[in-house]
Amino acid sequence: MSFITKSPWILHYAATSCNGCDIELLACLTPHYDVERFGIVNTGNPKHADIFLVTGSVNEESRKVVENLYAQMPDPKAVVAIGACALSGGIFRDAYNVYGGIDKVIPVDVYVPGCAARPEAIIDGVVQALAILDERAKERKRQRKMVAA
Amino acid sequence: MTAHAWTLAFAFLILGPLLGALLAGLDRILTARMQSRRGPPLLQPIYDVLKLFEKDTLVVTSLQTLYLWGFLLFMAISGFILFLGGDLLLSLFALAVSGILLCLAAYATNSPYSNIGSSRELMLMMAYEPMLLIVPLGFFLVTGSFRVSDIIAGEPWQVLELGGILIGFLFILTIKLRKSPFDLSSSHHGHQELVKGLTTDFSGSDLALVEIGHWYENVILLGWLYLFFAPLGVAWALPISLILFFGEVLVDNTHARLKWAPTLRLSWWVTGLFGVTNLVLLSLFA
Repeated sequence: MSFITKSPWILHYAATSCNGCDIELLACLTPHYDVERFGIVNTGNPKHADIFLVTGSVNEESRKVVENLYAQMPDPKAVVAIGACALSGGIFRDAYNVYGGIDKVIPVDVYVPGCAARPEAIIDGVVQALAILDERAKERKRQRKMVAA
Repeated sequence: MTAHAWTLAFAFLILGPLLGALLAGLDRILTARMQSRRGPPLLQPIYDVLKLFEKDTLVVTSLQTLYLWGFLLFMAISGFILFLGGDLLLSLFALAVSGILLCLAAYATNSPYSNIGSSRELMLMMAYEPMLLIVPLGFFLVTGSFRVSDIIAGEPWQVLELGGILIGFLFILTIKLRKSPFDLSSSHHGHQELVKGLTTDFSGSDLALVEIGHWYENVILLGWLYLFFAPLGVAWALPISLILFFGEVLVDNTHARLKWAPTLRLSWWVTGLFGVTNLVLLSLFA
């Protein structure tokens, strides 16, 4: 098992969300859920982050930010889309001004449904992302060895 | 230099980071408990650094890695001199050089956050260096030597003679450990006005170097604190210095962040009021 599963640092971005999911996400950090016991830290910095948590339906303004943050994160990395809007656009799906889903913009690994998504569901989503991160960390290690050889 | 001193110095080089990591882990657990959380496992800082070595390193400029190795090297030299029982002033200057190299590394990258972070770090160095310099001077007036081995062999009541300097040192220890209210150059928490300050543009193994440097720094600062009580013997000196060291966690959790100007003003006031007064009294009566 790679160490990335023991210390996943998180970057949170609200891509045009109503802030409902964001409140639930931040609730994970409070004493009641306390995700720091799993080594999860909410960093404000994409260059330190391992898992990208995105909420909201994404419009043209936030698309640039989402792409930029994703590009700034060093590999191995994973993306978790949180809430109905991030999955499919939710109730805004037919609106002319939204992309309707994070996966229209960047590749998403885990989808956490809900309006708003429950903190338990968000933690579960992050745990599922850890398994993907573990695979990617091993793959990355293999790639580095191949480059060195 | 006795064989014992060399053993201690080399033990610092190898075991120092481990001890520093445990101090950092304990710090995080204590912080969590003060906020009625469970907190991460004790070895969490070690997991973090091992993870950072698994990550890719984004290099903004190749200079940053060079400067960061310099930061780590001088930090190790500073601690090596301290634990060898060598000259306290030399250890202090190595510590200052290592601090400057960290600022240079942050300046070398072009992120405005890390640039502001290093400007603030330089301001903080102006705030704490006078007090840090007064500590060896105080030890010199009491024991007649700058050598750590002579200070340890001093009189048990030297801590009473150095009371004001101890208070001043505890004050700037908060700055050196980057604790609130003085964590304005690089905070431990995300979602703050400066993102991560100094370390904003470091990732992967570069960030791991910064963390390992901080582990060394933890042990060095604990060593400095220990020096005040060293003549009392390990049985007394170690618990007292550990309690005072972790007292900083309480300060961290009960204070909001200050701006740079009040920080500078406050630390120079404390330096003048406790440090300089203590020095003057010592030179008049000792």
